[in-house]
Amino acid sequence: MRDTAIRLVFFALVVLIWEIVVRLEFWPDYLFPGPMQVFEAIRLGVEDHTFLTAIAISLRRFAIGFTLALLIGIAFGLVIGSVRLARETVGVLLIGFQSLPNIAWLPMGLLWFGLNDRAILFVIVMGVINSVAMATADGIRNVPPLYRRAARTMGARGFTLYLTVVLPAALPAIMTGIKLGWTFGWHALIAGEMLFVSLGLGHLLVMGRELSDMAQVMAVMLVIVAIGLVMERLVFSPIERRVSRRWGLERA
Amino acid sequence: MSLIRAATATVDVRRQQCPYPLLMIKKALDGLREGDVLEAQTDHLPTARETTPRFCKDMGYGLDVLEEAGLWRLIITKGQEAPKPVSLTLDGVEKSYASDRGLVTAVEQIDLQILEGEFVCIVGPSGCGKSTLLNLIAGLERPDRGAVKIKGHEVTGPGSDRVVIFQEGALFPWLTVRQNVEFGLKIKGVERRVRRDLAMDYLKMVHLTRFADALVHELSGGMKQRVASARGLAMDPDILLMDEPFAALDAQTRDLLHVELQEIWTATSKTILFITHNVREAVCLANRVLVMTYRPGRIKETFIIGHHRPRHLEDPGLIETSALILKTLKGEVDKAVKAELGDA
Repeated sequence: MRDTAIRLVFFALVVLIWEIVVRLEFWPDYLFPGPMQVFEAIRLGVEDHTFLTAIAISLRRFAIGFTLALLIGIAFGLVIGSVRLARETVGVLLIGFQSLPNIAWLPMGLLWFGLNDRAILFVIVMGVINSVAMATADGIRNVPPLYRRAARTMGARGFTLYLTVVLPAALPAIMTGIKLGWTFGWHALIAGEMLFVSLGLGHLLVMGRELSDMAQVMAVMLVIVAIGLVMERLVFSPIERRVSRRWGLERA
Repeated sequence: MSLIRAATATVDVRRQQCPYPLLMIKKALDGLREGDVLEAQTDHLPTARETTPRFCKDMGYGLDVLEEAGLWRLIITKGQEAPKPVSLTLDGVEKSYASDRGLVTAVEQIDLQILEGEFVCIVGPSGCGKSTLLNLIAGLERPDRGAVKIKGHEVTGPGSDRVVIFQEGALFPWLTVRQNVEFGLKIKGVERRVRRDLAMDYLKMVHLTRFADALVHELSGGMKQRVASARGLAMDPDILLMDEPFAALDAQTRDLLHVELQEIWTATSKTILFITHNVREAVCLANRVLVMTYRPGRIKETFIIGHHRPRHLEDPGLIETSALILKTLKGEVDKAVKAELGDA
């Protein structure tokens, strides 16, 4: 309760300082609009449905890409974490790919898939796979050998052993990877959407620039930040906390 | 389905819970001759669906189960009687490891027979190969020479007929206490309701019913070990292998668990192989104590412990026996200490 109050006061202060800086008129207001203009842009965007549509389109795209990336990333991680040879080969390759910024995959995606959704999905998947796969692999390698031994003496083997012991034991690490992957994926989505008439949030940003409508640009940025905060606060952090509490990794 | 004949004897095991129904049925069968038929009445689901069928299958007895309104009539036809069978056999078992100083023989020339229902403790200094021996029996490792047999069948890998209870308990933190106890049963494919009832029975046996829905990290060390015991017992293995299960616990908890384990053993007559470096613990628990030598690990001497149960550590008779075993062990411990210091 107290934290919420402090947070509200803080955000109010930011808006206030923003307003004061605008009132001092260092820059013309078409280059640096005040909070009122930006909120007005948000209101307009919501009213004529462009924002809501864009949010829906972006989130849908993200959900597809992210799900795909999780499936592939966890599968990769399972193999890398379990097979030594895979760790020395594919694992090293993934570490190398970590130095590539997400958008560096865009030209490849555009050439392969053209200016369409699939190119964006490609960039999201490539951006997310890495962190999820690495975290999964680490999680699996760090599963206490004792768990496997205990499960084996109770008759678990092969696929069952993975499903009932190895995966659950690695879940806290996998969750951390997913949370990290979500950030990368979200970045990749917005960057990809800026390239063509994708109708998503990234596209709205570019449209704002083309119309020289700074208020809209800032409004869309605010929306992107807000969605990020909501996802982090209401989805990923609670799940992560629940998992680590249940697993006894964090004193409740 | 065999023809149902008139029962020679009947036994009523209603309102009993694991492991008592099956024990009462076994006792009733002991009094019968070959070919006789026993009718047992039970209202206990796991007894009707899981434990008795498994027992009859093991013994080669005929079984028909008739169900009516939450009550089961088990018609058991007694077959040929097996003599007190051998549970575990080790035949000239040997195992070596590659180490920095070349090949180290962990155990060699291990010949051992454990009868069903025996409680055997193995004591030895650290590094004598006790744990290797246990791993070999569990099937987690294969011997270089010789064979490990359970009921005459050679062990080729881990299996639920030889459950290990580890020092650290090895409970799964993402499962509740009850789900942990159910784990092995689930792997075995035991039906959900049966599994649940069995788990609750064994949790009751270790006095943890109240904690059935607790998470593992909410338990004390002693409670974790008791859950691990319940989990092992619920599998109804041919032999329970215990690898220094109480070594990490404080003295009071350990004393308590010694009493509890004796009670459980008396009640279930499970075959138990218990590994420890604590001689007094061994004497308090076992019918037979084996002392191992330090590197290469062999069985140096065997002591039969015939004291009445429940035993208590303060019993002068036990203390005397402990002293005797300690004397045998001392030379080996000295060797171990010397080797460790020499290596340093």
